[in-house]
Amino acid sequence: MIDAIDFSLLALTSPGWGGALLAGFLRSVELAAGGYLLGIVIGLIGATAKLYGGRVLRDIAEIYTLLIRAVPELVLMLLFYYVGTDLLNQLMAAFGREGIDIDGLSAGILVIGLVQGGYATEVFRGAIRAVPPGQIEAAQALGMSPFRVLRRVTLPAMAPHALPGMANLWMIATKDTALLAVIGFSELTLVTKQAAAATREYFLFFFAAGLLYLALTLISNLGLRWLERRARRGLPAAA
Amino acid sequence: MPDIDIVTPIHPAPALPLRARLAPLLMPHRLVMAGLALAALLAIITQMEWSWLPVYLPKIGDGLLVTLVLLASSVIAGFALALPLGAVQVTGPAPLRWLATGFCTVIRGTPLLLQLWLIYYGLGALFAQFPEIRGSWLWPYLRQAWPYGFLTLTLSFAAYQGEIMRGAFAGVPRGELEAARAFGMPRLMVFRRVWFPRAVHRALPTLAGEIILQLKATPLVATITVTDLYAVITRVRQDTYLTYEPLLLLIAIYLCLSGTLTIVLRWLEGRVPSGH
Repeated sequence: MIDAIDFSLLALTSPGWGGALLAGFLRSVELAAGGYLLGIVIGLIGATAKLYGGRVLRDIAEIYTLLIRAVPELVLMLLFYYVGTDLLNQLMAAFGREGIDIDGLSAGILVIGLVQGGYATEVFRGAIRAVPPGQIEAAQALGMSPFRVLRRVTLPAMAPHALPGMANLWMIATKDTALLAVIGFSELTLVTKQAAAATREYFLFFFAAGLLYLALTLISNLGLRWLERRARRGLPAAA
Repeated sequence: MPDIDIVTPIHPAPALPLRARLAPLLMPHRLVMAGLALAALLAIITQMEWSWLPVYLPKIGDGLLVTLVLLASSVIAGFALALPLGAVQVTGPAPLRWLATGFCTVIRGTPLLLQLWLIYYGLGALFAQFPEIRGSWLWPYLRQAWPYGFLTLTLSFAAYQGEIMRGAFAGVPRGELEAARAFGMPRLMVFRRVWFPRAVHRALPTLAGEIILQLKATPLVATITVTDLYAVITRVRQDTYLTYEPLLLLIAIYLCLSGTLTIVLRWLEGRVPSGH
């Protein structure tokens, strides 16, 4: 009835699909890491705008996070993908160049980063507000420039408060890369589906991919725990 | 997994008079922004191509209904499943505890899309191999896509909510349980009268956020041919070769859905006595 599962299909070289799966996994990790970093940058800018920006900046940041949190990631990714590639092509046309194909990696990173940025803004905003204002005022009283206050006091002091939220965001980033499969990026989930459809061994390949994702989550969890312990040195234990 | 904070119930803000509530909306820069938004909306309506809208409106309504039914059913079934999942992780015997913890870790550690495809393609192919299943009364349902979508969404919601329930069960103050024991209640009655209701009460404030997250997960079922709102819009885009118009409508609908859900859930939350 059910044939024995043929594990040789996972071999690294053709006709096995193991190599393709691992390449897809690497692609997923690249997309997640790039998107996460971009999200951190956007998040820092967004949080600064929300806390210290003028009225207009503050409202714009508010609208951005509202949009990101209310609309499904899949829909946002579609929108950013089309708007992003369209804008770039028009920009190239304006400079008299021919339309170029944006390579998948940077488009995917941009799309994930824009989504992550919305959540990171909220995480950083909360973390910065948890820093005792006296510390920031003390730095200002010492005559530090606003940027130096941010670099020397605000950012290091908020890090332990931001880490739990940012750890969650990394988990979300790794899983959000799978959504890019719907737009057609050949990352782990799409490669897995292709392998499964070609061999009709659905369980084998989906479980293998699941294990890869799970390994990534569990290993990064260990790393993040360690980082959190390090960042919390000298602080009272979490309630 | 990093632990999830159980948010303490928010005390409803005292109601302000209407003028005081409208004042922040009437600041000059906000008036300008509202004007710009209105102008953009007008431009979108007049300049873009919307002639397809009346033709597809009934289908969009059907899709919206599918999305809402999937959301409601998976939230209810998932929550029912999350209660034992959370309780067992705190108080159950070791094998059950490991099973529940393992389930939550695996579901929360892998992408929903992968789970969906595993269940739809994997289970679908598996069921088709058994003549007994093909012949049974269940087969007409199992041939469709929505049971698999419902199952996956339910399991996913149960895993995330189960983790929250674990924290909620663990977070009920020991003194309350000890007080119940001191009254001479048997263990089961302590659970039924004190521990369980207090844990659910503690988890309620996070429920609204989880439901919004679940709403945002529903469009994934379009990838296994369930014709939800997202699938209908995709269909419109393929039929009309329009890139932006259907997408903008989709975003507007999801914004309205999220907004309405947030308001309704906040109202419901305010109706639950906070005990303070």
